[in-house]
Amino acid sequence: MLRLPPFVLHQPATLAEAIALLAQHAPDVRVISGGTDLVPNLKLGQTKVGHLVSARFLEELHGITRTATHLRIGAATGLHALAQDEDVREVLPALAYAASRIASPQIRNMGTLGGNISLDTRCRYINQTELWREALGGCLKSHGTECHVVPGGQGCVAALSADTVPPLIAYGAIAEMVSDTGVRRAPVADLFQQDGTWHVRIAREELLVAVEIPIPAPGTRVAYRKWSVRQSIDFPLVSLAVRLDTDGAALVGGSIVVSALGPRPRVLTLERLAGRPLDEALAQALGQMAYDRARPLPNIPYDAEYRRERMVIEIRRAVRVLIGLPEKPLMLQT
Amino acid sequence: MSAATPPENASQGRPYAVVGARHGKPDALDAMAGLAKYTDDIALPRMLHAKILRSPYAHARIRSIDTSLAEAMEGVHAVVVGAEMPTRYGVIPWTPDEQALAADKVRYVGDAVAAVAAVSEDVAIAACKRIVVDYELLTPLTTPEAALAHPENKIHEANKHGNVTKQVQLAFGDVDAQLARADLVIEGHYQFHGSTHGALEPHCAVAHVDGRGLLTVWSATQVPHYLHRELAKVLEIPTHKIRVIQPPVGGGFGGKSEPFDLEFVAAKLAIKTGRPVKCLYTREEVFLAHRGRHPFDMHYRTGFSADGRILGVDAKSILDGGAYSSFGLVTTYYSGQLLGSPYVFDSYRFDSTRVYTNKPACGPKRGHGSVQPRFAIEVQLDKAARALKIDPIALRRRNFIGENTTTINEFHIGSSGFLECLDLVEAASGWKERHGKLPRGRGLGVAGSTYISGTNYCIYPTDLPQSGVQICLDRSGRVRVFAGTSDIGQGSSTMIAVVAAEELGVHLEDVRVVAADSDLCPVDLGAYSSRITLMAGNACLNAARDLAGKVRQAVAQKWGCHKRDVILADRRAQRLDDPQVWMDITEAFVLAEIEFGTLGSTGSYQTPREDVHGEYRGGTIGASPAYSFTAHIAEVSVDEETGDVKVENIWCAHDCGRALSPVLVEGQIEGSVYMGFGETLMEHHHVMPSGLRTDGARRDSGPGKEGLLAHSSLLDYQMPTSLDTPNLFAGIVEKPDPRGPFGAKEAGEGPLHSVIPAICNAIFDACGVRVDALPVTPAKILAGLRAQRVGGA
Repeated sequence: MLRLPPFVLHQPATLAEAIALLAQHAPDVRVISGGTDLVPNLKLGQTKVGHLVSARFLEELHGITRTATHLRIGAATGLHALAQDEDVREVLPALAYAASRIASPQIRNMGTLGGNISLDTRCRYINQTELWREALGGCLKSHGTECHVVPGGQGCVAALSADTVPPLIAYGAIAEMVSDTGVRRAPVADLFQQDGTWHVRIAREELLVAVEIPIPAPGTRVAYRKWSVRQSIDFPLVSLAVRLDTDGAALVGGSIVVSALGPRPRVLTLERLAGRPLDEALAQALGQMAYDRARPLPNIPYDAEYRRERMVIEIRRAVRVLIGLPEKPLMLQT
Repeated sequence: MSAATPPENASQGRPYAVVGARHGKPDALDAMAGLAKYTDDIALPRMLHAKILRSPYAHARIRSIDTSLAEAMEGVHAVVVGAEMPTRYGVIPWTPDEQALAADKVRYVGDAVAAVAAVSEDVAIAACKRIVVDYELLTPLTTPEAALAHPENKIHEANKHGNVTKQVQLAFGDVDAQLARADLVIEGHYQFHGSTHGALEPHCAVAHVDGRGLLTVWSATQVPHYLHRELAKVLEIPTHKIRVIQPPVGGGFGGKSEPFDLEFVAAKLAIKTGRPVKCLYTREEVFLAHRGRHPFDMHYRTGFSADGRILGVDAKSILDGGAYSSFGLVTTYYSGQLLGSPYVFDSYRFDSTRVYTNKPACGPKRGHGSVQPRFAIEVQLDKAARALKIDPIALRRRNFIGENTTTINEFHIGSSGFLECLDLVEAASGWKERHGKLPRGRGLGVAGSTYISGTNYCIYPTDLPQSGVQICLDRSGRVRVFAGTSDIGQGSSTMIAVVAAEELGVHLEDVRVVAADSDLCPVDLGAYSSRITLMAGNACLNAARDLAGKVRQAVAQKWGCHKRDVILADRRAQRLDDPQVWMDITEAFVLAEIEFGTLGSTGSYQTPREDVHGEYRGGTIGASPAYSFTAHIAEVSVDEETGDVKVENIWCAHDCGRALSPVLVEGQIEGSVYMGFGETLMEHHHVMPSGLRTDGARRDSGPGKEGLLAHSSLLDYQMPTSLDTPNLFAGIVEKPDPRGPFGAKEAGEGPLHSVIPAICNAIFDACGVRVDALPVTPAKILAGLRAQRVGGA
């Protein structure tokens, strides 16, 4: 069995205490919630940190509240609870669905929304044991200087693999962080940077408290699509959300959010397609748009070319479902 | 079986009391409740923990090893290196090419070079990092092509023929003439990727030397007897000074069928320190230890007459062996020897070459060496059925070899329920009504197979029994059975209890089975080759009948009747002709103990020695006392936009001779089908052949990624989850074989074989795409569909 390295676990009872601990130990500190990503990464020696601050007992981080205009979801809300929550399922069905597709029931019982947003990037060259990475000679995210995904690459391109991030961005979610300098709010879309060694723009001193998501207008529909080899446990190999804002007959706007590419999701806005009718041609057009502008890399497992093709198919299927067409087209048969 | 003759216990002239009942495993609840004590649950006073330092290089010479920094660390009790255990060993006595720790060379990323015993695993890990190994790098050879192209770059210097570990060429009949006169010759090229076992319990060993100097080794092994022999050889200690105990094992599937570095390391460190030592693999180490299914590259030519009869088979295979021989000599024979049934081949020739590569060693996995060729031949048959416009089931029936016959490579087939297996899956799947009538995108495929119930010849040449059992009865009414058998979850201890309970008239829970402890139990060769039910079952049956005879005789004396009129069943001794006359079984045992003294008996099994193998070199390999038979039908749907293959249903029928425990047989069928399904569509023990860099430059920053496993966790090695698994139908066919106990044959490996070609044949039926290179992936399906469109199909 892989061994867990030693660390100091802090279990603050109040938000103030937690913030103070983070400030005191930054940068050698991480927030731990379910630990389903952090603990394996610690065991692999991929993450090295001296202090962990538990989010478990912080009241402000728990619970889902609904107002007339927003849903506020505490960062320590469990993924299973999120997937099962009636308000979330009613108002943000793509988020509930994305949460339900994460890992396995056991991991969803432990894992949290905040943890999923902060999920470390993944790459076939980093999510490995120390022996393996030593044999490889390291990489930009480990102890080396070479990228094995992009020959000659200078920046780490490990992939953002959080299932909840595409729908959160598509729904226009705002993240709320606190630190000893106060409260900071930022769109989830702006939380990620193009650096796979650490891609989340939440400082070590900061604690992600909640996300707030505006309740979508009646004409807005969002779908999440995930492809992985297995129906359970796996991280996504294709992960995307499609948002269509419609007036009932035609497209008004929207976005495609593609994840599992590099460290940052690719957001494609659909405003310039406003006025397009909601038909098969729209599904084809959005698929082509993604094909042209989002390119999977050989960073996470599986043939990158197939993942690119699959991404297009999943977008088409998402659009078809959102506009009320059958998910699969009638097969082209001779 | 026919309804007119109810199955009965022939030795007592009564119906079966335990055999064939729907019982579970008496020890199942312990495993489920967490009460079973696996090897890692053993904690002895003053126990140390060992870790093994492994090579980061796929191919390198060891110039020197400096352990002084590690030895100086606080908490470190001993360090061991390869020079201290130089004796070469191997599970096959003819190919001893392994050392407990590499002394001169490392041959794959993960090869063991040194080990530390320390007060904790953490200290041992830290100490391993302080061991300095000076390596001279050698060019790694990670594909059979590269290894064959560079015979001068020998992975094993002592090997005679470059990097070829074994070549087998056997021919039966005139293949060229038969192919020349054939109406149809199907030529196919097939690739079987590697896969591994995926047992949940990682390998673990604990060793301890007691005050008398007796070395005890507990190990999660499926071959305690071979471990015992190799420990003696490598440690240079006589076998009577070593005790090997196999605690409950959390799955083996062939992955624990030979000694591993950790057993020698734990034993050596226990000897050096005088303290108990435990060594537990990480999951990565399990993948590195491997011994899984060999990647095969196969070229087949099969000739058919116009009415679908198989005239000739010409097979050529390259086996990617990895860094060591393991069972490879046998694997190379099995790649051809087990194909001679269930179909008649008028002529047959195979040429198989196993090659060393700088990768984890391949070995036996459930269906050892014969799953890969079975894939090839069964797809060949499907292609022929299409070309000849013959129903694929009909084509298989037409070629059936029959019962009580001999294969072209001279193996004796006893009972065979192959036709009944075909009938059962044909009916269960609705084949007649549905095959050929399903909409595009949905299809049915069929395949059949056979497997051995143990091998007639032991791994090492001997005339000793393959299996021994000792039974004691006493006045408590309890039966104690001592058997060397390895229960690795397949239920061999249950099988032993069933046989003993059936003959001695007690309930299953009245039988205590003491298994796999070399100090307490007679020798059994281990859990491999699907041998235990037939061999240990017969040994137990012999011992139990002997004792039952004594009990019946004692009771007969009391009742003044003949011994044959006394039957033992359901915790009673009873008059056969008058059910009103009976006594409690305990009373019967007491009478026998008074009459005969302490009650004990032994039974053993040795394979029949007359006419049991082919009269040619290698003709012993593949010879078995009895063969099982299997048929599969798979139903798939193919998404032609994504290339996704969904296996909807798999129907499997398996002829196990007699199902001693039908629930366990069904479990073995389901587990086999699940495993084969996973290998077809998901699992791949994949070693990176070379880097993504195309410039061929050697990196300076580190060893480079050639020879690295693509996966070293159960997250990345993708075994199907319950959500992925299709509906399974497990059908039992019983064609008792006189050589099996109560007619029983094997059930643990046979039901895997034909599931893989059945799925591939169903995919073709669904969408017209042949995937002859496994695993089946959506990308391959899409490529096939595109080729179809271009070809105008």
